[in-house]
Amino acid sequence: MTWILDNLPRIGELTLAHLALSLPAVIIAFVLSIPLAWGANRVRVLREPVLTGTGLLYAVPSLPLFILLPALIGTSVRDPLNVVIALSIFGLALMVRSAAEALDAVTDDVRTSATAIGFSGVGRFFTVELPLAGPALLAGVRVVCVSSISLVSVSAVLGVSSLGSLFTDGFARDIIGSIVAGILMTVVLALICDLLLVLAGRMLMPWQQTRRRRPLLARSREVAA
Amino acid sequence: MSNILEALNWLLTADAWTGPGGLWVRSLEHLAYTLIALGISAVIALPLGLAIGHTRKGRGIAIVATGAARALPTLGLLTLVALVTGIGLTAPMVALVVLAAPSVLAGAYAGVESVNQATVDAARAQGMNGWQVLTRVEIPLGLPLILSGLRLAALQIIATATLAAYVGAGGLGRQLFLGLQTYDYSVMLGASLVVILLAILVDTAFGLTQRLLRRVPGLAGPGKAPSTGTRSRRVRANMTAN
Repeated sequence: MTWILDNLPRIGELTLAHLALSLPAVIIAFVLSIPLAWGANRVRVLREPVLTGTGLLYAVPSLPLFILLPALIGTSVRDPLNVVIALSIFGLALMVRSAAEALDAVTDDVRTSATAIGFSGVGRFFTVELPLAGPALLAGVRVVCVSSISLVSVSAVLGVSSLGSLFTDGFARDIIGSIVAGILMTVVLALICDLLLVLAGRMLMPWQQTRRRRPLLARSREVAA
Repeated sequence: MSNILEALNWLLTADAWTGPGGLWVRSLEHLAYTLIALGISAVIALPLGLAIGHTRKGRGIAIVATGAARALPTLGLLTLVALVTGIGLTAPMVALVVLAAPSVLAGAYAGVESVNQATVDAARAQGMNGWQVLTRVEIPLGLPLILSGLRLAALQIIATATLAAYVGAGGLGRQLFLGLQTYDYSVMLGASLVVILLAILVDTAFGLTQRLLRRVPGLAGPGKAPSTGTRSRRVRANMTAN
């Protein structure tokens, strides 16, 4: 406990470094997954190869990928960029499938109605399909966010600074407080980011609340009858 | 690219593979860790998950527990247990089981829940008791998702078993960290490639098993019957989301 209090500035620094590694990866994964998923849904022949292919990427263990990437893209093993790219790949592996399923779940009735009202292809995608797929997309991003935040720590064994450094330092110098602080901060960080995502979802998709309330009302009416 | 060639070159030398610290021994160690950790996780989490799915009780707790376990950094858990229990196999095993058990648990309850309620009711109407419903209906029909849980757990274990060497145990992580400490990138990369290969092999083996099992009559895969298909897809989505 005293160790934690004595080292608050360092913990804060590492927390920021941790965020700087994980958040870009989550954003990159999300932004790239939408066009990929859209393409995979559009060209049906490509759907399974794209989904299985990205799924297979997830089977690649993280530490070996951190080491393999420099050989492929020319970064150094201790380069933060290397970690961000590796995490983006993992995020993408998870996100493409959820995005494809989310977009696919928008029914054809809705799509044809939108076309009938006069939406263009692009307009329909951004104003009808994307918002309707929103809740499922949010669920996907939440998983990617939490797992990225916990995955970043592994890169500490290669010497990249993050909350994971608290584990490697703590282990090397036999300080349990350091490791406990690292675990707590990682979990807290994951929870806060998750909460922010949920809040952002509520603000961007206010109709979600009313939809949730309706079945409850209907149910109570049934009970009353 | 020249780095990859060098690593492949190293992988093609006999010295890299033979001997007590060679890649063969380390690969077998890695697989042994994986099997043991997967076995322990299954013994703990399968009965629990099946019970949750069958009784529909405790689902909320299971979801929170799996979510919390996802946020838990494995390296932190590993080093923490290692400081307490000392260098050896205990710390990696604890960390691996804590990491893998939630996936097995989620697969088990999602699998049982994915079984069409009408089928379960029909089995009960035939006079089956709770145990018979579970073993003859819910487990065989929920098998695809139960196996998916085990598959995910196995992958997580293989990936993380690489870290076991960090706290003094064996496995393929040994070569990897050896390369890291001696700045020998080709050894590091070579060992990484072997870990990746191992993970993909195990994943493919699980995939093939799942595909084969789907052909056995009575073990319905998801999507065979349209009603269970959409349901199990939803349950599977839940499984990864939680």
